[in-house]
Amino acid sequence: MDSDRSAVAISVRGLKKSYGKFAALRGIDLEIREGEIFALLGPNGAGKTTFVEILEGFRRRDEGDVTVLGIDPDHQPMALKTRVGIVLQSTGMDRYLQVAETVAMYSSYYPHPRPVDEILALVGLEEKRDERVLRLSGGQQRRLDVAIALAGNPDLLFLDEPTTGFDPSARREVWEVIKNLRGLGKTVVLTTHFMDEAQYLADRLAVIANGKIVAEGNPETLAGRDRMLATVRFSLPEGVAPPSQFALVRAANNAYEVKSTKVTQDLHDLTTWALGVGVDLEDLRVDRPTLEDVYLELTAEGTSSATKEQR
Amino acid sequence: MNSATMLENQLKYVNKAFWRNPASAFFTFAFPLMFLVIFTSLLGHHSIVISPGHTIDISTYYVASMAAYAVISACYNNIAIGLAIQRDSGVLKRTRGTPIPSGIYILGRLIHAVFVAVILVAITATYGKLFYHSSLPTGSSLLEFLVMLFVGALTFCSLGFAITCVIPNADAAPAVVNASILPLLFLSGVFIPITSTAPSWLLWIARIFPVRHFTLGMDAGFTGATFNWMDVVIVAAWGIGGFVVSSRFFTWEPKR
Repeated sequence: MDSDRSAVAISVRGLKKSYGKFAALRGIDLEIREGEIFALLGPNGAGKTTFVEILEGFRRRDEGDVTVLGIDPDHQPMALKTRVGIVLQSTGMDRYLQVAETVAMYSSYYPHPRPVDEILALVGLEEKRDERVLRLSGGQQRRLDVAIALAGNPDLLFLDEPTTGFDPSARREVWEVIKNLRGLGKTVVLTTHFMDEAQYLADRLAVIANGKIVAEGNPETLAGRDRMLATVRFSLPEGVAPPSQFALVRAANNAYEVKSTKVTQDLHDLTTWALGVGVDLEDLRVDRPTLEDVYLELTAEGTSSATKEQR
Repeated sequence: MNSATMLENQLKYVNKAFWRNPASAFFTFAFPLMFLVIFTSLLGHHSIVISPGHTIDISTYYVASMAAYAVISACYNNIAIGLAIQRDSGVLKRTRGTPIPSGIYILGRLIHAVFVAVILVAITATYGKLFYHSSLPTGSSLLEFLVMLFVGALTFCSLGFAITCVIPNADAAPAVVNASILPLLFLSGVFIPITSTAPSWLLWIARIFPVRHFTLGMDAGFTGATFNWMDVVIVAAWGIGGFVVSSRFFTWEPKR
């Protein structure tokens, strides 16, 4: 089963969910395969958490078909709970228990738990095993969250915004732990609103906006990102007129940019010009659209189309 | 894994966490004894008339009512405040995402609270016996006393679960709990003996709520007053009411 990469872990068809008049999810179709780290990106209020909580069995759907590990979460919540691990946004746990005790307690809820010491090694908390939870740093508590989610040796792990509110080094700590899960063959579903997080961790991702999936793909090619034009950027010293042969756009005072189809040729022309007039292009750089650029464009579109529909 | 093993495990961890939390362990244990010492020191060497022709030493009175108070605080206060904190911090929601049945989780909390209550009553009674020579329930009154103790402990647990349904967040928990229980403790003669001069409207209010009936039932074992099974029935009715409310309105997720 582990080696079969094409096996489906989660399958969703026509999923809808409303809270009163507010349509939180407006028809979601998605397939997540076994063994992949899948990121669900979207702004706050886009429906990420609602979607994931339906998959986890916390909420019931209004319409559509959902199977998670072959189980319908609405019909067999208990069967599902024994096979998934959930890391919620909040990191609440009993502060007075020790790290190993905490994992052991959660292990005791499952039919086939993974040994506690093995879990602690996976998340790098072996040295903290006898420390009380209240003495852990934010990053360590988050790793303990992951440890608790691994207690039942689940096939599938949900991580809801695992690094929101963390400083950069704590984020790194958590990222490394999540990356290591790949080696165990676990399927990981991660929600986030950080582009770098999705880029660093995810095999595939989907962008959700206004209750719909607006793009799906891998971080490199999402929404044709790889085919988008590169931008050449540079600035000139005071009083130097820009070269005339480019379709330059003035970005700021002395800063210019140009969309480039032939980057090598354009850079050659630009630097030749600069050497000719004796100008040093100190901050010359070439930017590809980042995942963030793509994401902002996608989610902005989602917002405008939603506004239209509401009218 | 069977339910009994699961419950046993759960109790083990609830117990560990309880004793290691200095605030909850200390105050739960210290308050009833501290009040006992304060009240008996201030008012000791008096006797009070609890019914025509029946006079008891005030220290015996306070041993009995502080035992009742200990049960209320171990069950009602601790469960309500503890659960509100756990709900707010996401512990309850996390638990909800694991395969432990909710009934086992709740039962673990409940049994532990009753266990703490029983220890507290034993300590209070022993303390009273040693230092104030207060009498202890024996024979058939011991049986009646134990019935009241367990019915009362379960009821105040159940009411603790019920009150968390109206507690908006963890910060508000102590305020809501104290506002709901302190006036009743005073109205019901837990802190200040209710004498024949008490206004009847006050007695009327006290008679509606379970605290007065529970206290009377607990007192009877120590003071030799008549045990009234109606007190047990009224307390139990409140317990059932609390159970109905909590099974309908209890939430595992933080309120927003």
